[in-house]
Amino acid sequence: MSSLRSLDRKMLRELWRLRGQLVSIGLVVASAVAMVVTMRGTYEALFAARADYYQQSRFADVWATVERAPESIASDLRDMAGVSSVSTRVSTYATLDLPWLDAPGMGLFLSIPDDGRPVLNDLHITSGRYLAPDRSQEVVVSEAFLTANDLVVGDTVRAVLNGRLQELIVVGGAISAEHSYSVPPGALYPDDERYGVFWISRSLLGPVSDLEDAFNDVALKLASGANPDAVIAELDRLLEPYGGTGAYVREDQLSFKILDDELESNRTMGTAMPVVFLGVAAFLMNLVLSRLIATQRNEIGTLKAFGYTDREVARHFLSYAVVAVGLGTVVGSLGGAWAGGAMVELYGDYFKFPVLEYELSWTLVAIAAGVSLVSAVAGSWSAVRKAVSLPPAEAMRPEPPARFSEGWMERSGLGDRLPNAARFVLRNMTRRPLRALMSSFGIAFSVAILVVGMFMFDGVELMMELQFSIVQREDLAVSFNQPVGREAELELARLDGVTRVEPYHAVPVRFRAGHRERELAITGLRSDSELRKVVSEDGLIHPIPLEGIVLSRLVAERLHLSTGDDVDVEMLVGERAEGVVQVAGIVDDLMGIGAYMELDALGRLTRQAPEISGAYLLVNEDDRARVNGELKRTPAVASVVSPDMALESFEEQLEESLLIGVFFLLGFAGVISVAVIYNGTRIALSERGRELASLRVLGFTRPEVARLLFGEQAILTLAAIPMGWALGYVLAAALAASFQSETYRIPTVVSSTTYLVAAVVTIASALASGMLVRRRLDHLDLISVLKTRE
Amino acid sequence: MTKEAIVQVHDLSKVYEMGEVRVEALRSVDLSIYEGEMMVLLGASGSGKSTLLNIIGGLDRATSGTVRYRDRDLTSADDKTLTLYRRSSVGFVFQFYNLIPSLTARENVSLVSDIAPDPMPADVALELVGLQDRLDHFPAQLSGGEQQRVAIARAVAKQPELLLCDEPTGALDAETGKLVLRVLDKVNRETGITMAIITHNVAIAAIGDRVVRMSSGEIHYIEENAVRASIDDVEW
Ligand SMILES: Nc1ncnc2c1ncn2[C@@H]1O[C@H](COP(=O)(O)OP(=O)(O)O)[C@@H](O)[C@H]1O
Ligand SMILES: [Mg+2]
Repeated sequence: MSSLRSLDRKMLRELWRLRGQLVSIGLVVASAVAMVVTMRGTYEALFAARADYYQQSRFADVWATVERAPESIASDLRDMAGVSSVSTRVSTYATLDLPWLDAPGMGLFLSIPDDGRPVLNDLHITSGRYLAPDRSQEVVVSEAFLTANDLVVGDTVRAVLNGRLQELIVVGGAISAEHSYSVPPGALYPDDERYGVFWISRSLLGPVSDLEDAFNDVALKLASGANPDAVIAELDRLLEPYGGTGAYVREDQLSFKILDDELESNRTMGTAMPVVFLGVAAFLMNLVLSRLIATQRNEIGTLKAFGYTDREVARHFLSYAVVAVGLGTVVGSLGGAWAGGAMVELYGDYFKFPVLEYELSWTLVAIAAGVSLVSAVAGSWSAVRKAVSLPPAEAMRPEPPARFSEGWMERSGLGDRLPNAARFVLRNMTRRPLRALMSSFGIAFSVAILVVGMFMFDGVELMMELQFSIVQREDLAVSFNQPVGREAELELARLDGVTRVEPYHAVPVRFRAGHRERELAITGLRSDSELRKVVSEDGLIHPIPLEGIVLSRLVAERLHLSTGDDVDVEMLVGERAEGVVQVAGIVDDLMGIGAYMELDALGRLTRQAPEISGAYLLVNEDDRARVNGELKRTPAVASVVSPDMALESFEEQLEESLLIGVFFLLGFAGVISVAVIYNGTRIALSERGRELASLRVLGFTRPEVARLLFGEQAILTLAAIPMGWALGYVLAAALAASFQSETYRIPTVVSSTTYLVAAVVTIASALASGMLVRRRLDHLDLISVLKTRE
Repeated sequence: MTKEAIVQVHDLSKVYEMGEVRVEALRSVDLSIYEGEMMVLLGASGSGKSTLLNIIGGLDRATSGTVRYRDRDLTSADDKTLTLYRRSSVGFVFQFYNLIPSLTARENVSLVSDIAPDPMPADVALELVGLQDRLDHFPAQLSGGEQQRVAIARAVAKQPELLLCDEPTGALDAETGKLVLRVLDKVNRETGITMAIITHNVAIAAIGDRVVRMSSGEIHYIEENAVRASIDDVEW
C-alpha cells in the first residue's frame, strides 16, 4: 500500500471533477503544440526534402559557361584544389515546333553522358524512363512542359537543332533541382507552355552544336572545406581562354535562389507563428492554473494542518498542470501530425521534390510540450507556493474580506445612480483590481490571437487590391519573344480597339555595390505611365524619375544602398555593357522585387537603340477578346496576359501556401479563445460560489444571482476586447516584420472586419461559456456551500 | 498537580497587523496542558481561543513568547519541524470539519493515517466514533454531526498525543453536539489522549478536568472541576 493512497485518490477524483477545465486548458496546449508541430514541422519536412533532393541529384556548387572548351581540360578542372568532382556538358537553346500553339516554343537542351548519368545535376525521372544508351533520338523532358502541353511518354516533339528539324521521342518526364524554376532566356517568369528543358544524349547534341569532344557548360562539386571564392577565381582563370563568362555559386543559381527564398519565408511563418502561439498559450496556462489553484487555498491549508509536507502538497496540485499539458501534448501531436501531413501533401503540388514526406518530429513535440509544461507548472507553482507559505491557520481561513474604502465610485456619486446589481459587480472588481485586470488580460490575449490569425488575410487582400487596382491597371499585357524596336508601339496602337499603349523594357542586369551583387531585371517605364505604377505599401504612388533608378526596399537593403548612392550595373544581355546609375528612390512595394527606370534613361544606361520588350494596353471591352487572339497569333509575341488571369493564378498559388496555414491558425486561435473564456467563467464561479449561494439563501433569485456573476464576466470581456485589439496589432506588426520574402510581403494592416470578427468570436465564446456555467450556477448546492468552508 | 505538562505556554503574544489596524489577539498568555487531561477553553467570540490553539498546534506562529511541546521549542522551530510535529503528535478537529469533499469517510481518515508513524486502521477509528456504517459515504452525503465525527476519527486515527478541537460542536444542534462530545469524552477516557476543546458554551465547561477562561486575549482564570460532569447532564 502506497503511503499516499488517499491523497492519490483525491487527486484522481479532483482531476475528474475539474475535467472540463483541465480539458480546456489541455486544448490550449494542444493548439500550441499542434501549431508548432504543423507549421514548423512542415518547414522541416520541406527543408529535409530539399536537402535529400540536392544530395540525391548531386546538385552542384559552382557553375560556369564557356563558348567552347575541349573535353581534355576537364581533367585540369578535376585537379583543381578544392574541387571534388566535375561534370561537363553541352547546353544549347533550340526552337521547338509546337503546332498546337500559335507560336514556336523554345527548349533548353542539355547533354547526358552516353555512358550513364551525369556526375552532377542528375535528374529525377517522374514518368517513363531514362535515355537508353544508344538511342540518340530519345529525350527526357521537364515534367512541367509535358504537363502544360498535354504530352506523355511516347509522344514526339520536333525541334530545330543546328538548322535541321529533328523528330525526338519523349521517353521520360523528369524534374531537376537545377530547373525547379525554369525561366526562358531574357524573361522574368516561367512559361511552361513554351519553354521546357530537354535532356538528350551527348553523342547527338555535341555534333549538332559543333561541340564534339568539347563542352560549353561545366558544373563543379567542391571538396568539403574548400573556399568557393578561390575555386571560382582559379576556374575563371582556366576557362578564360575558352570564352568563360564567369563562374557563379549556388546562391546565384536562379532555381536555388527562388526555392531558398520560398523556404525562407516558410521558415519565418513556420517559426514566428508557433512562437507567438506558444507564448500566448504559456501565458494563459500560467494565468488560469494559478487562479484555479488559488481557489483551493483552503484545502491546501487543511492538508498542511494534518502534517502533509509542502512538497507533497505541491506535487498534488502540480498534477493539474501535468495532466493538462500531457493531455494537450497527446492531442496536439496527433492533430498536428495530421494537419502537417495534409499541409505537406498540398505543398507537394507546389514544390516539386522527388520525396516530400511529413514526419512527426519528437524534438518539436518535446520543445512545445516542454515550454507548455514549464509555464503551466510555473503558474501552478506560484499559486501553490503562495498557499503553502501561509501558516495553515491562515490558509484555512477564507481570504480575508477586503476592506472597503470609499472608492471613486462612491466619490463620483455614480454609485448612487447605479442599480444594486451593477454596484455589487463594480465594487467586486474595484476591490480586487489586479485580479480583474489579469482576467481581462487573459481574454485580451485570446482576442489578440484571433486578430493575428486573421490579419494574414487582411495583408494579402490589401496586397492584391493594391497590385490589381492601382499597380496593374492595363487590360492586356503583351510581351515579345525578344526586345523589338520602338516602332512596335505604333503598331500596337493601330490595332482596332486599343486606346492606350504604354511600352516597357525589361533588361536583366547584375547590380554591384561594393562586394555585394544581385541579379535582377530593370523595368523601364515611361514617366507618364498610367497603367503601371510603382506603388508602396501605404498606397502612395512613386513617380518614375527622369534620371536614376527606383529600387525595392528589399533590394536596396541587401545591397546596402540608400537614396543618392551610385550602383554599378552590368547588363546580362547583348554586349554586356556596364554602367553606373544613381539610386533616385526606394520603395516599399508589396509584391516581388523590382528596379524601375524611365524608359529613355534605361536606354542611355544600356547604350542600346531604344527597344521595348512588351507593352501594357487599354482595350475597349468589346474588342478585348479579338485583340487578344490577334496578338497571340503574332509570331513575335511571346505572351498576352490579362490581370484577371494573373490574379487567378496568384490566388491559386496563395491558396496553396498561405491560406491553408491561416486556416489552421484560425482554428487554433478559436480553440484558445473558447478555452480561456470558459475557464475564466468556471473559476469565477468557484471564487464567488459561497458569496452567490449566500445571496440565494437571502432570497435572491437565480437570474439575479446569474446577473451578478455574468455581469462581472461581461465587463471583463468587453474591457478585454480593445486591449486585445491593441495587443493583436502589436503581434501582427512583429509578425509582418519577420515575414518578408522576395515574392510578397505582408503589410501590417488589420481590417475592421478582422477586429469585428475577433470581437464577435470572443463574445460568442463568452456567451457559450456563460451558458455552460449557468447550469452549474442553477444547481448551486446552497446548504453544502454554507455548511462546508469551501 | 502530579501529572506532567506536555505543553507549556509562556508569555505568549500574538498581534495581527492589517494596515493601520493592530489586533492583539493574545497578550502574554501562560498556560500548561497536562498529560491525559481534558481541558476546556472557554471564552467569548474573539477572545483569542482559536489563536492560542492554532499556535499550540503549530498552525500559526506567535509574535512573541514561547510554546514548548515536551522538550521541543515550537516557537523557534522551522517549517519542517512543525510539519513533522503536526504529522505525528497532534490532531485537529475544526468547527467546519474541513473534510475533503472528494474523499469518502474512510478515505478522509486514511488521508491522515497514511502519513502518520503509528496509525490505527481507518475502520477502527470510524468504529470508535460510531460510523462503521458510513465508511464509503462522501461528506456531502453525511449530516453535520456525522461529518464532525468523521473529523474526530480522522484526528484520532493517527493516535496523536494531543487532540485540539476548535468549537467541535459550534455548527451542531444540541443533540448532535452531545453525541460528538460523548465521542470525544470516550476517546479521552479510552485512549488517554490529551485534549483541549474550545467552546463558547459555558455549560460544556463542566465536562472537562480543567476550565481555562479567556477574555480579550488574556487568561481570565483557570478552574479545576473536582468531577467531570456527565454529558447527559449538560444543559445546552
Ligand atoms: N488572521 C487574522 N487577521 C487579523 N485578525 C485576526 C486574525 N485571526 C484572528 N484575528 C483577530 O484576533 C482576535 C482573536 O481571534 P480568535 O482567536 O479567532 O478568537 P476566538 O477563536 O476566541 O473567537 C479577534 O479579534 C480576531 O478578529
Ligand atoms: Mg474561534
